[in-house]
Amino acid sequence: MDKPIIEVENLSKLYVLGSIGATSLRESAEMLWAKISRRPRLNGSTLTARFAPEQVGPVPHSFWALRDVNFTVHPGEVIGLIGQNGAGKSTLLKILSRITEPTKGRAILRGRVASLLEVGTGFHPELSGRDNIYLNGAILGMKHAEITRKFDEIVAFAEVEDFIDTPVKRYSSGMHLRLAFAVAAHLEPEILLVDEVLAVGDATFQKKCLGKMGDVARQGRTVLVVSHNMASILSLCQRAVMLRFGTVAQVGPVQEIVHAYLEGSKPEEIVALSDRHDREGDGAVRYESIAIENADGGGIIRTGSRCKVTIRYKSAKPLRHVRFLLNIYDLTHVSLFQLDSEATGGLPETLPAEGTVICETDALGVTPGRCYINLDLIRGHQLADRIAYAAYFDVDEDDFYGTGKLPKREWTMTVLRHRWKSGAEEPAPADAGKLG
Amino acid sequence: MEIPEIASARTIPLAPHETIIQPNQSWLRMDWALLWEYRDLLALLVHREFASKYKQTILGPVWFILQPLMTSLVYAIFFGRVAKVPTDAVPPFIFYLCNQLSWNYLSTNLSTGGAVFMNNAALFGKVYFPRLVMPISIVLSNLFACVLQLISFCLIYLGYILFVPGTHWLHLTPSALFLPLLFLHTGLLSLGVCLWMSALTAKYRDLNQVIQLIVQLWMFASPVIYPLSSFPVKWRWLAEINPMTAVLEAFRLCLFGVGTLTPVSLIMSIGVTFALLLTGILLFQRTERTFIDTV
Repeated sequence: MDKPIIEVENLSKLYVLGSIGATSLRESAEMLWAKISRRPRLNGSTLTARFAPEQVGPVPHSFWALRDVNFTVHPGEVIGLIGQNGAGKSTLLKILSRITEPTKGRAILRGRVASLLEVGTGFHPELSGRDNIYLNGAILGMKHAEITRKFDEIVAFAEVEDFIDTPVKRYSSGMHLRLAFAVAAHLEPEILLVDEVLAVGDATFQKKCLGKMGDVARQGRTVLVVSHNMASILSLCQRAVMLRFGTVAQVGPVQEIVHAYLEGSKPEEIVALSDRHDREGDGAVRYESIAIENADGGGIIRTGSRCKVTIRYKSAKPLRHVRFLLNIYDLTHVSLFQLDSEATGGLPETLPAEGTVICETDALGVTPGRCYINLDLIRGHQLADRIAYAAYFDVDEDDFYGTGKLPKREWTMTVLRHRWKSGAEEPAPADAGKLG
Repeated sequence: MEIPEIASARTIPLAPHETIIQPNQSWLRMDWALLWEYRDLLALLVHREFASKYKQTILGPVWFILQPLMTSLVYAIFFGRVAKVPTDAVPPFIFYLCNQLSWNYLSTNLSTGGAVFMNNAALFGKVYFPRLVMPISIVLSNLFACVLQLISFCLIYLGYILFVPGTHWLHLTPSALFLPLLFLHTGLLSLGVCLWMSALTAKYRDLNQVIQLIVQLWMFASPVIYPLSSFPVKWRWLAEINPMTAVLEAFRLCLFGVGTLTPVSLIMSIGVTFALLLTGILLFQRTERTFIDTV
């Protein structure tokens, strides 16, 4: 077998929280003074009161963002890096792209490296599209001649031919993104490190980007992708590395790892949401709890069950114009349904500061398997609360069609009541082919 | 880029682009080859600095010329006329205009390049390239303004010689050919100081506030508004520790034929410049390795 193109050996990174040393001269002076005054302080002098020990204490608060990470990547592999927020994915990528240094261990990269941690890094608004292509390309490590050679290709890919001599500040955000990705996509490194940048642009352009990434991989280049989007990880990568709390939890074929990640990284049971502190939003209203039962009040949900979702929320004052939005996903983060209080209406315009809302659904046409719920709460036009993977529920098998037969989750995600008839039994209706 | 002991420990030769990322490398390790690979980026950054400055204002490069003219005029009135500071018999206005050539370059460099890490934190956090490219590009791009200022200086100087009585003794000497070297010297000196300041401001944010103050104090310590000849001889050595003293005197010596420059002071100035530059590079590249963790 070839020598690995990326070798990561015992890579570790220690972050010191609060301050690495001092961040201002005053702090430096205070630290120095604290050192000098250490002795009188031990003697119980009055100095203790002036220098809070937690600020100048000798043991800084620190944590290992990465701890003894080991893995290898072989030439031509496309490898996904997955893990929850804070698992160390970004730190690892930063070390591999040389933005920061590891604390211990080492990594060997055998080839020209280009990293794409952000789209459009270094774009200058005053300069024209043409100038920015050259500048951005050079920042990403391309030679002038190389960019000239690919210039037309980049412009065509970005679809900005008519605006190439216009300053970038006059570009629409879509054009801006397309141009930025186009430059990055035409890098020809042996190793490409990519962070979440696939989540840009409209659907058509995303597809084009994914296609381009696939091309890069087919040309035998090595790609390391960090993403939260399991669908793009699954479609791009052959292998994946799962990080958990800064260590490698598992390495292997992508389906296996993605499955393990989705299984393992979710809450084991419907946890009290009050314990969830990884929320987004301004916090004007918070979700307190969520419970899912079938319409009869039982805990078991089957294909075809009618469901009842009970949500408790809390706010400082009575609420106007709130929108409860529940996103229901499958394992691979494909959205199945949205339960949206605004779309259906039905909630009164004003709600008490604290209370319960109930959402009842019709028959749940989902094949057996696990579903996850992301919670969004929007007040006015502001996101007030967002909890990813707030809860999950397992859909159990049921005799949905009354035949004892039900498709599996691997085949399809949803089921639909439908009937079959032979064309001989009754004449074809006049509006055949029209749905509904 | 290659580390010998690792290379020899392996049977298969290293790939041309093998990179080893590991902590606590030597202070002296400097990847000159990689810096050279990024020369195209350097050229483009210089272009960016200049083009964006040029495009943002209506007057554009005219400011580069107007600013030293105004400063020299103010100096000529206040220091020349009112305070009667001696100017080695050179008319005060062109005396100050000449000093502005090198001093302006230095001070512009320091104010635009004195906090490279802080000002580029967003960029440095997202993409790797040898960080040294950034301060070098700043120092190079500021050179454009210098050239414009030099041209305007020459025109005004010519006007003085031709039309102002009592200045016919002023003349360009062949030593004016050394001007490019003097600009290079100023550039390297300011690069060295920029590297130091950038490394320090990366650690101590509040230092950023005092860069302007430092530049101002340094100006009063340099023969910008007075010639070194106005110093008592026995104290001149003190002024000559300042590397800018020799540069300013050399500029006037080249352009007017008057200036207090001894070989010792010139050599000392060059020595201090290189010391600042080398230590600056070491400190700067030491800072670049983990700077982003503190942002």
